[in-house]
Amino acid sequence: MNRDWSTLGPILLESVRETLYMVSITIGVGGFLGLVFGVLLYATRKGNLLQNAVVFTVLNVAVNIVRPIPFIIFITAVGPLTLATIGTTIGNNAVIFAMSIMAAFVTARIVEQNLVATDPGVIEAARAMGASRLRIIVTVLIPEALAPLILGYTFLLIGIIDMSALAGYVGGGGLGNFAIVYGYQRFNWEVTFVTVLVIIAIVQLAQLLGNWFARKALHR
Amino acid sequence: MTSVISFRDATKVFGGGPDAVRAVDSVTLDIARGEIFGVIGYSGAGKSTLVRLINALETATSGQVIVDGQDVTTLREAELRKVRAGIGMIFQQFNLMNSRTVAGNVGYPLKVAGWSKQDRRRRVGELLEFVGLTDKARSYPAKLSGGQKQRVGIARALATSPSILLADEATSALDPDTTQDVLALLRRVNRELGVTIVVITHEMDVVRSIAHRVAVMEHGKVIEHGRAYDVFAAPRERATQRFVASTLQDRPSPDVLDRLRHRHPGRMITVTVREGDGYGTGDSRVDGVGGSGGSGVDVLAALRRHGVDGTIVFGGITEIDERPFGSLTVELTGDDAAIDALIADLRRATDVHDLGIGDAPSDRTTADVVGGSPPEASTGEGDEPDADPYGFAMDAIRRHGGPR
Ligand SMILES: Nc1ncnc2c1ncn2[C@@H]1O[C@H](COP(=O)(O)OP(=O)(O)OP(=O)(O)O)[C@@H](O)[C@H]1O
Ligand SMILES: [Mg+2]
Repeated sequence: MNRDWSTLGPILLESVRETLYMVSITIGVGGFLGLVFGVLLYATRKGNLLQNAVVFTVLNVAVNIVRPIPFIIFITAVGPLTLATIGTTIGNNAVIFAMSIMAAFVTARIVEQNLVATDPGVIEAARAMGASRLRIIVTVLIPEALAPLILGYTFLLIGIIDMSALAGYVGGGGLGNFAIVYGYQRFNWEVTFVTVLVIIAIVQLAQLLGNWFARKALHR
Repeated sequence: MTSVISFRDATKVFGGGPDAVRAVDSVTLDIARGEIFGVIGYSGAGKSTLVRLINALETATSGQVIVDGQDVTTLREAELRKVRAGIGMIFQQFNLMNSRTVAGNVGYPLKVAGWSKQDRRRRVGELLEFVGLTDKARSYPAKLSGGQKQRVGIARALATSPSILLADEATSALDPDTTQDVLALLRRVNRELGVTIVVITHEMDVVRSIAHRVAVMEHGKVIEHGRAYDVFAAPRERATQRFVASTLQDRPSPDVLDRLRHRHPGRMITVTVREGDGYGTGDSRVDGVGGSGGSGVDVLAALRRHGVDGTIVFGGITEIDERPFGSLTVELTGDDAAIDALIADLRRATDVHDLGIGDAPSDRTTADVVGGSPPEASTGEGDEPDADPYGFAMDAIRRHGGPR
């Protein structure tokens, strides 16, 4: 087997860098949009702060439609939109665009589910103090649900790393592409194995950090 | 008596069609500035909904709710926020933010009200001192006991110096000792800070110990209201009678009475013990009996004077609105004529329920109002013809010039 790590090593590092780049932009953009959608999903539900049947139904249906689409199909499906926004349908940025949209819808549900668990009594108390709805969302709702939200985002991060592995299919880079090009296509099990180890390490690190922050946020 | 909160035919209906619930049904009620007003009723009676109309957490379906001269049913959300900021509220489950420290929780309404950081810190310090939790400022709520949490809740509710405090089952999640601590704190809030407090509860003990006036709710309606002492000393409505009976339990129920008669075959009477006028100037009173209107000690003095022996066989005396109330059931032994004279004497000062003797019971106990049929009137000599056992209590209160 070819084990020329002196040439593969730098490529692997570059792939790690690319993966981290794709993942962090996606979690930033998609995670933020998902937070907004998730809060809206929660708050527009009947009986909640911003009760609004139209907004709720539109968001709810959109999330239900987008979420189950396999990502590899989704990348091509949003192609025209990607082209219009990014100017191209191939490469890392095109993948980031598709990932961010998918992440936003996935996050929306994760956020909504975590917010549902917050104690409505606390929100009522804030209302009784004369706080505005927006203030309640930002200074009560989200802080109260912070610990589960952090765990939700950790889960999301790992899902995004998974999605990013498909970037190679549309001319993007990253660890997934590295494993396919240098491992799978060259029948080099060692490369595949090492890549898997690297991904496991990244995921473990993310999970450890997530758990640590979540515990910090719990105040128990 | 200026009223700070007025309900005018206030109604709140949840839902529509056949499933509509009239949670609050045409309530007209005035709550005076500076009083502690109790709202009592069984679960689902509409108590929470009623108080939530005050700070417009619920908007009335019809009618008016006037708070500090403003009809809150006509206000828009932005204006309501100002009204709400002037009304403190505490809750059964405390509703503290677990993500903030004690100081953070207490300071939150000040933040909402736009106080500077420096002013907030000073005010939070004052408040925590008032509720005795200065050393817990940096703790998180999860580390506090229930009583401490509620004290944080009270400090938070008082942060912006509201003139009204709403307490929704504020002690229902606490043990009896802690309940007393929290009630004592609420009493201080009322006395020292002059805050009008509306206390909702299904626990008779709570209203009994702190409310000046009380409203009893059932099926969304206020079925009875007035001074706490009047309402509980002479409850007119069945629900109220059940509440009174459930806490006081000072009068023997029929089965208890049967057992008592077994052990005490002599003539038994139940003497109502309540606060007298304390001046002893009333014309209808006999020396030594009416002096302070039927307090427990005077009953004994009267026994002595008439040469009758008495054994206390049942009873209970408690406080309503800080005034004594209850009854003693006594088995009397002595000369029949002396006993009759004693009873006549006592009747001039308080209510006496003649239970007769074991072989010839002259009456059922008043406690059986709980069970169902209204008690029969006493047939004892010199008795006032009263179908309602509490009716004569009411008369007696009137005779005594009524509670203050
Ligand atoms: N948001 C709501 N939507 C529909 N029905 C409601 C709502 N809030 C209260 N109700 C109904 O209104 C009635 C009165 O409720 P409320 O909570 O005021 O009673 P309560 O006297 O406070 O009872 P509890 O002692 O159990 O707290 C109940 O039948 C309840 O089911
Ligand atoms: Mg309630």
